[in-house]
Amino acid sequence: MIKYIIKRLVLAFVTIFTVATLTFFLMNMVPGGPFLSEKAISPKAQAALEAKYGLDKPLFQQYLTYISDAMHGDFGDSLKQRGRTVSSIIATKFPVSARVGGVSIIVALCFGIPLGCIAALNRGKPVDNIISVLSTCGIAVPSFVICTVLMYFLGVHLGWFPTFGLTSWKHYVMPVIALSFYPTAYIMRLMRSSMLDVLGQDYMRTARAKGLSQFVSLFKHALRNAILPVITYVGPMTAYTLTGSFIVEKIFTIPGLGGEFIGSITNRDYTVIMGTTIFLATIMVFMNVIVDIVYKLVDPRIKLK
Amino acid sequence: MGEYLVDIKNERLSFFTPAGEVKALNDVSMRLEEGEVLGIVGESGSGKSVTAYSLMGLTAHPGKLIGGSLDFNGHHINDMTEKDMRKIRGNEVSIIFQDPMTSLNPVYTIGNQIREVIMLHTGKNKKEANERAKELLTLVGINEPDKRLKQYPHELSGGMRQRVMIAIALACEPKLLIADEPTTALDVTIQAQILELMMELKDKLGMAIIMITHDLGIVASMCEKIAVMYAGKIVEYGTTDEIFYNPKHEYTKGLLRSIPRLDANEHERLVPIEGTPIDLLNPPKGCPFAPRCANCMKICLREMPPVTEFSDTHYTHCFMNQKAMLEGGNA
Repeated sequence: MIKYIIKRLVLAFVTIFTVATLTFFLMNMVPGGPFLSEKAISPKAQAALEAKYGLDKPLFQQYLTYISDAMHGDFGDSLKQRGRTVSSIIATKFPVSARVGGVSIIVALCFGIPLGCIAALNRGKPVDNIISVLSTCGIAVPSFVICTVLMYFLGVHLGWFPTFGLTSWKHYVMPVIALSFYPTAYIMRLMRSSMLDVLGQDYMRTARAKGLSQFVSLFKHALRNAILPVITYVGPMTAYTLTGSFIVEKIFTIPGLGGEFIGSITNRDYTVIMGTTIFLATIMVFMNVIVDIVYKLVDPRIKLK
Repeated sequence: MGEYLVDIKNERLSFFTPAGEVKALNDVSMRLEEGEVLGIVGESGSGKSVTAYSLMGLTAHPGKLIGGSLDFNGHHINDMTEKDMRKIRGNEVSIIFQDPMTSLNPVYTIGNQIREVIMLHTGKNKKEANERAKELLTLVGINEPDKRLKQYPHELSGGMRQRVMIAIALACEPKLLIADEPTTALDVTIQAQILELMMELKDKLGMAIIMITHDLGIVASMCEKIAVMYAGKIVEYGTTDEIFYNPKHEYTKGLLRSIPRLDANEHERLVPIEGTPIDLLNPPKGCPFAPRCANCMKICLREMPPVTEFSDTHYTHCFMNQKAMLEGGNA
């Protein structure tokens, strides 16, 4: 187990390094640059700026400098936000996204898993149909539509919840609903289909033949087997949700990392692009290691190699 | 009433599928005394398992009991609630399934799965249940029980898993053990070991066994009585000797002709039963076997043959025997 984790960490490092390299060169292939704005600045000033951030050097040298700095934990200064380091931007914005995202993940699990089970147990009955329609809607409707609808009805019309900011629990309600809508629907679907599969297994018949109640056979024997596909999905989903959604954050004016990520791309803020990408990649890889370990804990047949 | 362990009378059971009513059991009756071994033989879909499952109240959706009465060990199964049934299942009657590879839950240890049924029905605590589980594993011939209890199903072989299933089934010393093709999924040497084990345990614990199989070899060596089922009906019932030496129904005769014999001469070929079983969605008016029967008469297609009794234990539903009796003037 320990050996496996060490091996995975080494592999994780390679993955993150590859992501960083690819992002670096792709980013530089895109036309434009951080200092080419509508407001023309003198060629001299531009040259001075580029020299200051080392952008006048050959690309490969820039890459080496960046990687070696990054290895030492220095992700550089933002090119657009004067006087702020990339690390400090992530450190202030990530907790905001992570709080909203974390609540959304919990909501998605708390609704998705039970509803999926209920649908599977009532297969073909009205309850199942209602849940299926809901989950199809959840998967099909894009988040900006959900945000707008929520904002219009709950925020403006009924005035129950504030429409921007993040200062009280009330502020969380609408962003959390919007963020958890898709994962809830997806988990419901996964749970329903894997539960149906498990309910038809021979060991479920054995459980009944032993005289166990439906409750025990469901919670003890079925759930642990049926939850595996959900775990697979929840890993990457957690990484995405924790690092924030551009759309939801923009609409509800939440100062989170999702907005920062997209903003840095349109601004060609090279250091922030690199910093946020590496950060997302790290969380993603880390979540996948966790998923593998949880898998092993849930299903003893899985061998970690 | 009361003298038999199992008393099924005129059981009718149908599956109500979207395509229509599938009449899985039509007028099935059987009796079993304590400690007796009954074999139910027949081809796939003839209702062998359905009969046994209904006795445990395990009829799968959308199956429904629509007639007849089932009595087991003083319980009238028809009137029992699911809650009461649960007290019997795994306790007074238990079952071994066909495929040991999939019948155990892969995510729990063997010990957990054996203890579960003991703790449920006997109220023993975990430690006592563990002791009992060890006893049971020794009883079914598994060595190193301490180690096995901590292992997961995938770490055991097929034969071993079937022994574990037997241990689970016997945990509460049931009055009746239903074995639903317990050896079909195992290879031949393991088959013999498992059957031997079952007979040994039967003698030791004195339970009755219902052996569901399509292997006539198994019934010949193990069972005292045999019910031959075809299309949801018992077409012939008798002691093992009566069935093997004096088969009366054409289907039974066909089955016996289709097993290889050691004493047959070299050029003798096996005679298969031609045709396929009937569609239980639209059962015919007459004898269900008539379309495949070599000696089919006109009356067989029109009417269901009544019962013909040859002894207290031996009966069949076939017009050929009616005819023989009428011609012999015995009717």
